[in-house]
Amino acid sequence: MRVPLSWLREYAALPGDVSPRDVATRLIRAGLEVETVHEAGAELAGPLVVGRVLEFTDEPQKNGKTIRWCSVDVGEAEPRGIVCGAHNFAAGDLVVVSLPGAVLPGGFAISARKTYGHVSDGMICSARELGLGDDHAGIIVLQPDEAAPGDDAIELLRLRDDVLDIAVTPDRGYCLSVRGVAREAATAFGVPYSDPGVRPGLDMAGDDGYPVQVEDAQRCPVFAARTVTGFDPSAPSPRWLQRRVQLAGMRPISLAVDITNYVMLELGQPIHGYDRDALRGPIVVRRAVAGEKITTLDGVARELDTDDLLITDDSGPIGLAGVMGGGSTELSDATTAIVVEAAHFEPTGIARTARRHKVPSEASKRFERGVDPALPAVAAQRVVDLLVELGGATQEPGLTVAGSVPAPEVIEIPVGLPARVVGVDYPADEVTSLLTAVGAQVSPVGADRISVQPPTWRSDLTDPYDLVEEVARLHGYDAVPSVLPVAPAGRGITPAQRLRRRVERAVAAAGFVEAPSYPFVGEADFDALGIPADDARRVALRLANPISEEQPLLRTTLLPGLLATLRRNVGRGATDVAVYEAGLVYRPEPGPLPVPPRLPVDRRPTDDELAALLAAVPAQPRRVAVALAGDREPAGWWGPARPATWADAVEAARVVARAAGVALRVVNDEHAPWHPGRCAALYVGDTLVGHAGELHPRVVAALGLPSRTSAMELELDRFFPGGVSDEPVRAPSVSTFPVATQDVALVVDLSVPAADVEDALRSGAGALLESVRLFDVFTGPQLGEGKKSLAYALRFRAPDRTLTVEETTAARDAAVAAAAERTGAVLRGA
Amino acid sequence: MSAPNSDYDPVQVTPLDPDQVAAMVSDALAAFAAAGDLDALKEARLAHTGDRSPLALANREIGALPPAARKEAGQRVGTARRDVAAALAERQAVLEAERDERVLVEEAVDVTLPWDRAPQGARHPLTTIQERVADVFVAMGWEVAEGPEVEAEWLNFDALNIGPDHPARTMQDTFWVEAGGSGDSGLVLRTHTSPVQARSMLTRKPPIYVICPGRTFRTDELDATHTPVFSQVEGLAVDEGLTMAHLKGTLDHFASSMFGAGLTTRLRPSYFPFTEPSAEMDLQCFVCRGASVGDPDNPCRTCGSEGWIEWGGCGMVNPRVLIACGIDPERYTGFAFGMGLERTLMFRHGVEDMHDMVEGDVRFATAFGMEI
Repeated sequence: MRVPLSWLREYAALPGDVSPRDVATRLIRAGLEVETVHEAGAELAGPLVVGRVLEFTDEPQKNGKTIRWCSVDVGEAEPRGIVCGAHNFAAGDLVVVSLPGAVLPGGFAISARKTYGHVSDGMICSARELGLGDDHAGIIVLQPDEAAPGDDAIELLRLRDDVLDIAVTPDRGYCLSVRGVAREAATAFGVPYSDPGVRPGLDMAGDDGYPVQVEDAQRCPVFAARTVTGFDPSAPSPRWLQRRVQLAGMRPISLAVDITNYVMLELGQPIHGYDRDALRGPIVVRRAVAGEKITTLDGVARELDTDDLLITDDSGPIGLAGVMGGGSTELSDATTAIVVEAAHFEPTGIARTARRHKVPSEASKRFERGVDPALPAVAAQRVVDLLVELGGATQEPGLTVAGSVPAPEVIEIPVGLPARVVGVDYPADEVTSLLTAVGAQVSPVGADRISVQPPTWRSDLTDPYDLVEEVARLHGYDAVPSVLPVAPAGRGITPAQRLRRRVERAVAAAGFVEAPSYPFVGEADFDALGIPADDARRVALRLANPISEEQPLLRTTLLPGLLATLRRNVGRGATDVAVYEAGLVYRPEPGPLPVPPRLPVDRRPTDDELAALLAAVPAQPRRVAVALAGDREPAGWWGPARPATWADAVEAARVVARAAGVALRVVNDEHAPWHPGRCAALYVGDTLVGHAGELHPRVVAALGLPSRTSAMELELDRFFPGGVSDEPVRAPSVSTFPVATQDVALVVDLSVPAADVEDALRSGAGALLESVRLFDVFTGPQLGEGKKSLAYALRFRAPDRTLTVEETTAARDAAVAAAAERTGAVLRGA
Repeated sequence: MSAPNSDYDPVQVTPLDPDQVAAMVSDALAAFAAAGDLDALKEARLAHTGDRSPLALANREIGALPPAARKEAGQRVGTARRDVAAALAERQAVLEAERDERVLVEEAVDVTLPWDRAPQGARHPLTTIQERVADVFVAMGWEVAEGPEVEAEWLNFDALNIGPDHPARTMQDTFWVEAGGSGDSGLVLRTHTSPVQARSMLTRKPPIYVICPGRTFRTDELDATHTPVFSQVEGLAVDEGLTMAHLKGTLDHFASSMFGAGLTTRLRPSYFPFTEPSAEMDLQCFVCRGASVGDPDNPCRTCGSEGWIEWGGCGMVNPRVLIACGIDPERYTGFAFGMGLERTLMFRHGVEDMHDMVEGDVRFATAFGMEI
């Protein structure tokens, strides 16, 4: 809402020396978001005067233009010679002339200068050159007798004003009017306010005007109509009217339209004018029927919904009620009889229609936020008055006011409620006076309660706390003291939250950089990863209104985003990249989505209702993924580089498992998008938690990734199906007896996983085994075709004694025997 | 060994002659002194203290002397041997020290050689700032509450006093989840972290003091200051006797914890459906602390010389929200506040473009390290 300060001052008796900045500051303090103060015309400096074109000669130029060499009387002894490029004027016309020394908006300084073979002693101005809108089709031609040559045009055109631009929050619909903002300003400054929305003695009821039938009184509680005839469609809008409409952000169009807009801006009541001669029969307010259509003022033909409220006549729809009028009854330059509509429409219906047809109009914006239902008759009369005064119209006898709105419901509150909620001790009489300033009628109920009748324009005041806010904001939020509340002793962050921090820190410490990505994916992402058609990861939630039609799905795996991030880094010149993301994936069950129940809000849902609601929200487990490419360790003075491989991806999973305190089991697997021979399935206990390895070469090619790009993804929530344990770790007993080491080399088939051999060694070695470590893998002709040698270092230790050679050897032999039995291992050299 | 013989052979006892013994000692000392390194000293040691050395041979002769001469010869040779051993030890120590010294010099390296062998990881500032915020509140006894990102529409809107036709629904451009069949899915990508507040109130009993950081979604196109996927942190307290003063106190503490001791906040009346009274919250500029206001010679880039930085929204929990979540508004009051973390990072750390925050360029996160 843009409010010219000159307009505001008509209703709020602000002190003369108050600056626009002061007004803005006070309004902000009262809760109006004043975004800017626009000093219209402030950069304009005179002399800017009225001139009369005495005569001119048209002079064609070489560049094809024809200029006019004019003699202009600017109220001086001699006329001035001025060159003008426009042709929309005649000799004798009054025009606006900027004389040498003037500065126009944009810092455009006027001087006498030589142009087209003459010295132009000033400039005849267009509206745009003066900051009066976009009109640059020709120069401004004033009305005959509007002024005299030499008059100050700055004053005449009302070029100078200050305009407050206010972002109005949805609860303050009444501030979409000068009336509402002026009330706030008057309250903020404690000065008198005169309400343009109140017309004592005005007829507020009647049924003898233009016939109106309201068939849906719930959606249209009030409809006022008045008629004028004999309107002069050629009568111009006065300067002040145009200027105010323009400063308020609307385009001046014609007198009749400007008046309807002016009254809307002034009072907040949207107005619609119908060309009475185009109306066919009575006005009927009703819902649309299926298949009905309307062409609105903006020239768009619209299919109507049966929820849309219409203004109709015998010809059919003539307006989308409260949103936009129709073309068939539009005011034209031939209209002489006008039916003025000022109606009240129910906000939510207007909101639905405006959304459905995507027409957020000035009218719908106001109706959605709530217009004062007491206004229609007042506003209609105000429009009629202006049409009579400015357009020579005659008010037809008769007034139609269909329907009425009951007074707002009385709210009773303890007078101490504002103090209880805000923490400021407001005296009882101040609570009353502040609520009265809002426009409410306040009366005491017993000793410590008050009953508050909100004013008709404050449909937002329905609850006790709404009144609390009024008291708090008008008294000033800066009075609220600062008191730190003491919360009861808390439990700190939960084991699950600690786990996440630990895991993410460990992954970062292992050399991965966190890169959260958007969760939006498309089928093409799954295709690029080679995910099979029947894979559960293809079951994804779909957005109805995605940012990009290519990515309408919500991710079921972190990999598409993470790999795109990797590629972006490589594209920006990074050669060795290791990134990770920890975040949610969205995993609906296959089949139709369960729809959460729409629960009531006037009570707590029952436990069953709540359970049904929560159960309908799809599973969103937390995952951790890494991706890496290039070198894991670069070449340097210490030696050659170590390229990042599948093993680094698997190790990242081990990093996560170690941080989580769980044992990770690694099993060879084939799973998209990984290389079928370089893919590890990751298990905790018997639960599959994720996969790791090198990506499939086809995936690498499809995504344009560096060769041998490797990745890991696991689901943290699967580590602890019963919830993250907070059980204390049992301390080990640390033996101080010496260690005994034994190395063994075992020959197995190439296909035998090393993890199986190690498992066998561990189980066979018994309790004396302290650790087992694979320190070499060897293949060669001396082993035979299809064989490999695995060399392990076994360390044995007893808690209570020094082990003898015999004991150690026996344990080693048992370990080897177990490996032989389970994996066919043969002790090398045996 | 036979008994001392009578036919005493003077030749055989020559080595025990005092002059001779002294010569042996001085020969040994000279040899030790001449030894330039430990290898030479080893040779000298073998020559002068070894089994075949003159003193060792002389020592062996003592037994052959007549008893009367033995004592004196024994003392003389013993003294000589101790002197030699002492001289050897001394020289040994000197040479070892010299060698150690030399080895240290020889082993010297250029410790300025770079060692960028281990890859450097980092955490994203959007994650670490969530942890930092959580820690500020956990230190006061608050707990960290969480919820899903795909959320029931009822929890995202209805329970928060944003009815189906409420204008606030159009203020927030919501990502709607498509229903499998016809009709609405009843699911949205949460437009704020406020549904976590609703969940907290529905599942906990007052007193409730929770902080809810998390990812949120609105249908904004990515540009220098907007992103469709962003992060918020919200706080909620529900207890007996809470007032707006407690809200202000909490915000002041939060501001000074994050931006510097003594910083305060300012409340301006505003509107949110889920709070009443509602306020916009401004943070006192942590760079100029207001000094730049009205001082055009010393402008402040952080606050635009306003002295205050818009930080978030807050208010007292609307009793309608308490009722929908099963909390008695006659007994309890609550306050809530929330702010955008991208914006917080932007002004706290001078991040100039939202793209840097969302594109995952490792250079960005690496600059922030492991904590913030």
